[in-house]
Amino acid sequence: MLWSLTLITAIAGGLLGYTNQLTEEPIAKAEKASREKAIQQVLPAYDNSPIDEQLTYTVHNEFGETETTIYPAKKDGKLAGAAVECSNNTGYGGEIRIIVGFEADGTIKDYQVLKHQETPGLGAKMGDWFRTDKNKQSIIGKSPAETNFHVTKDSGDIDAITAATITSRAFLGAVRTAYTAYTESMKGGEDHE
Amino acid sequence: MNKTKILLNGLIKENPTFVLLLGMCPTLGTTTSAMGGLGMGLSTLFVLICSNVVISMVKNIIPDKVRIPAFIVIIATFVTILQLCMQAYVPELYATLGLFIPLIVVNCILLGRAEAFAAKHTPFESFFDGLGIGLGFTVALTLLGSVREFLGTGHIFGLSIYPEEYGSLIFILAPGAFIALGFLIAIIHTFKTR
Repeated sequence: MLWSLTLITAIAGGLLGYTNQLTEEPIAKAEKASREKAIQQVLPAYDNSPIDEQLTYTVHNEFGETETTIYPAKKDGKLAGAAVECSNNTGYGGEIRIIVGFEADGTIKDYQVLKHQETPGLGAKMGDWFRTDKNKQSIIGKSPAETNFHVTKDSGDIDAITAATITSRAFLGAVRTAYTAYTESMKGGEDHE
Repeated sequence: MNKTKILLNGLIKENPTFVLLLGMCPTLGTTTSAMGGLGMGLSTLFVLICSNVVISMVKNIIPDKVRIPAFIVIIATFVTILQLCMQAYVPELYATLGLFIPLIVVNCILLGRAEAFAAKHTPFESFFDGLGIGLGFTVALTLLGSVREFLGTGHIFGLSIYPEEYGSLIFILAPGAFIALGFLIAIIHTFKTR
């Protein structure tokens, strides 16, 4: 009894170790590729290497402390904008991780959802919802400095996803965090130069 | 038993979703879209065939007292292998299904087939049982996913059939899953008893 169970678990352990070794590199590569693609998609035109110049910044706001990663985009040596990766833990299914691209003046260029566990068919629609130019859904081309990035239910200026207000709140919260990170860190960064 | 009979048994006579009502958690959780149902069905099909074959091969060296933990270890191993491979080679599919893949371990269809079939039959027969039950599960999930996606959003496999505004949201939510499943079972039962 003991040896047969030991044998089975040992074989299973060996198999899993081998698979893990085999897939470790492709997994890391796939994750890196999807991140690079997301960064490229949300940033304005640049000629530097945003990933090599990335920096981290901690934002303190209503969600407590949030670690953000900022990928600055430069064109001819001048700051053209930045992509900010940050997360928000108040989603319906927990963590929502997004990357938001800002133009130099803080206008949102584009965004991508990197990771989430929202309900499929409801909250999971956030990948398209906030870029669809319909009523007050879209956040593209708007700046959190001028537009109130809260859902209309909370007297903001952005329409929440139908039947997914919690997801929408968390998503917009993440965008606000990203904006804070962008403005605060870039201000600091320019002072040093 | 011949293999066609085993295959059809899993697909129709003992369809895991519509007749045995096993594995309800992944059934209701992943069928918000036809694609999700198909992906979950195929993942389960793969694990079920592998676990069925291996369990029927090692059934004689496993003492009765520890057979359940041994089965679970074997099933969990295949699920983890599947999860790692999906993450590495089909990251897009993993992004949508990833959350539900570990749940296959506790899917009672797998343990049920291991206990009821693989532990009493040859690896060859167990392979066809896994294939039949797995296909039955895949067909059922894809069908349920299509119905829910169609009624809820007006799409099937992402293809727009009618404008989304006319869809009724309830079919995307959990209660709609129960309603749609109930009606599907009733329809299938009517056809079968005729």
